[in-house]
Amino acid sequence: MTATGSIGRRLTLLLAGVAALLSLMSWSMVTGLARQASERTQDNVLAASATSIAETLRSEQGEVRLELPYSAFSMLGAIGEDRVFYLVTADGEALTGYPDLPVPSLDAPAPGRVDFDTGAYLGEEVRMASLTRVVLAGAEPVPVTVTVAQTRNGVTAIAGELSQLAAILSVAFFVVAVGLSFFAVRTSLRPLNEIAMAVSRRGPSDLRPLRRPAPTELAPLMSALDRLMDRLGQSIRRSEDFITEAAHRVRTPLATVRAQAEIALRSIRDETERARLRRMIRAVDESSRSAGQLLDHAIVAFRADDLARDRLDLADLARQTVEALEPTAAMKDIEIRLHAEPAEIEGDAILLDNALRNVLDNAIKYSPEDTVVTLHVARRDGGVRMSVTDEGPGLGEAPADQLTERFFRGGNTAGIVGSGLGLTIANDVLRAHGGHLELREGPEGRGACVSLVLP
Amino acid sequence: MRFAGLAVVLSLWASLAAALEVEDHRRYEGTGDRTLRILSTADLEVFTRFLESFHADNPHMTLDYTVASSAELHRAIRNGAEFDVALSSAMDLQFQLVNDGFARSHNSPVVDALPDWARWRDQIFAFTTEPAVVVISTESFTGLPIPATRQELTGVLRDNPDRFRGAIGTYDVRESGLGYLFATQEARATDAYWRLSEVMGRLDPQLYCCSGQMIDDVAGGRLALAYNVLGSYAAERLARDSGGRVRILRMSDYSNVILRTAIIPGAAKEPQDAGRFIDALLETGLRDVPAEWPLPPLRETSGNAGGGFGPIRIGPALMVYLDPLNRRAFLQEWVDAIEQR
Repeated sequence: MTATGSIGRRLTLLLAGVAALLSLMSWSMVTGLARQASERTQDNVLAASATSIAETLRSEQGEVRLELPYSAFSMLGAIGEDRVFYLVTADGEALTGYPDLPVPSLDAPAPGRVDFDTGAYLGEEVRMASLTRVVLAGAEPVPVTVTVAQTRNGVTAIAGELSQLAAILSVAFFVVAVGLSFFAVRTSLRPLNEIAMAVSRRGPSDLRPLRRPAPTELAPLMSALDRLMDRLGQSIRRSEDFITEAAHRVRTPLATVRAQAEIALRSIRDETERARLRRMIRAVDESSRSAGQLLDHAIVAFRADDLARDRLDLADLARQTVEALEPTAAMKDIEIRLHAEPAEIEGDAILLDNALRNVLDNAIKYSPEDTVVTLHVARRDGGVRMSVTDEGPGLGEAPADQLTERFFRGGNTAGIVGSGLGLTIANDVLRAHGGHLELREGPEGRGACVSLVLP
Repeated sequence: MRFAGLAVVLSLWASLAAALEVEDHRRYEGTGDRTLRILSTADLEVFTRFLESFHADNPHMTLDYTVASSAELHRAIRNGAEFDVALSSAMDLQFQLVNDGFARSHNSPVVDALPDWARWRDQIFAFTTEPAVVVISTESFTGLPIPATRQELTGVLRDNPDRFRGAIGTYDVRESGLGYLFATQEARATDAYWRLSEVMGRLDPQLYCCSGQMIDDVAGGRLALAYNVLGSYAAERLARDSGGRVRILRMSDYSNVILRTAIIPGAAKEPQDAGRFIDALLETGLRDVPAEWPLPPLRETSGNAGGGFGPIRIGPALMVYLDPLNRRAFLQEWVDAIEQR
């Protein structure tokens, strides 16, 4: 599998990017609005100032007169410490104020309307509000324009402060958004992780369909997984069936061959022939045992999926198994000693018998002639431990989990016929029961001690 | 060499004098070659101690202190005269200089310590708060109630025309920038001003250019009353020394409080030194106990100097009465009130 980056990280980064973009946008928007609002405020104050000056316009003895109201300028101090300029012109002639103020030339001065303009005066940018009123001076109507101008430091300062505030808020928003998106990503990806966990928690032979609620987006993956497992299960079952069938088919003719060979053995007196026949019988025995183990394995694989949970006494089970194996042991003059105390558990008698038989069989097979194989059945730590100890060559150098691998055989098994399935079967059975297999050196460093531990 | 230096100084002085109507002048020679030129409306006697202490702290600097009227000062700075510091009590004229771009910026920790009302931008700085007061000669008021408001003062003057005829002094607002500032602010603040002016006008008032002369004339018995006098500190000292012959009255209905302000003119040649001078000035002004300083400190107004009336605000509104049309109209009204001969 090649990892193409984490979805979570990518989503978080993407969301953080979106948040950053939104923060930036909101900041620039607020900054623009703040600038606009403060500019508009200044415009309004300038307009009010110009209007209040224009309201004092009057004509006296044919001359245009006016009186700058105190409030006209004091209100301009409200925005900030900005320089103020003004100009009043009557018919284009400067009446009072700053004559060189760059007043915008109005194409069509509309009386009563305030016009705004931005210009430069005395080295600073100024905002100007102009208002034209017609005053009757003598008989002539004279258009009088009042212009009030103010520098924009206050506006810039206010807008700058607001922009700074907006920047702080945007950063805070961004941080919160990133935190939230991290949380959101974690939450959205949790079902995926849970499914992955559920799948990886499964036993090696657990191929049941995934029965768990999943988000819509994951449904295709789930059903694909289910179909895959279904196919896998079918394929495994087919091969198990095939093995069972094959073992059966091989065992029956082998039994016939063995029977015929026994009969032949009895009727033949020639020693060379007899030895040959015995070798043949032994080979047939091994073949039949291997076939039996293949069958056992298939049974274990089959039953483990659907374990029977019967109450049973392991002491009884051990006794029966030992009885069944006594003829085999007797052939090598091996004594099987059983020390059993009653131990009731819930389990599958057939499988447990299978496991114990395979372990005992192994012990007998690898023990030299005229030795003792001991089976202890004892309660230990709330569970049951069945230990098989032999006086054979021990387990060799290979690690314990390799010994339970299918068809793996220890390094010191040369000359002994075996399939490498015995411990695998036992291990599978115990695993299906929630227990495990323990492999140790025998007491005093001789032989092997195989323990079947059940909870 | 020394002669040549003197010649240069003399010629400079002559050129300045040509441009400026100088009232007083003093020079403190320093060891270095830099000269700090100060143009001020404050009399030398008020400033001497400060100048001496500043010169002691900065002995390398040559201090050149020129006294002129506020209008002269305004005109000189406007025409680009080369002064490094301009100190004036005419807030409106000072503000107009700043507004019209004739001042430089100055920033320092001392400036930051100034209250908001004592500065505008970083170009104009107040270092005193001075209330306008009425100075009276107690002899002239024997048997009369001491007025506490303009209304009472108006009443006293109206009821005793013989006693006060020709014995009232006030600013000639046409000449004095400070007098004009007082008059306009007062006219704006209280309508009693015009009534009082009319009563005074009927009593043949004496018109002055400066506070000092008015105080002197009250002390000398030539005046019974001087109206709208600045330099309360000097006047108070005089009142103490006079043994009760001179009294200071603060009108409780309204009292102008002006800020003496400093700017660094745009044409300044030593703006750094000017900044140091202003910092020293502000430090002195911010001190609670004015040690070497005969002017009232800044802090007083943050409390309730001038009978609870805050100082005149530094701001664009100060320029309203400087408008030629407004000035013409105001002066017309003032002349009508004061000169009723």
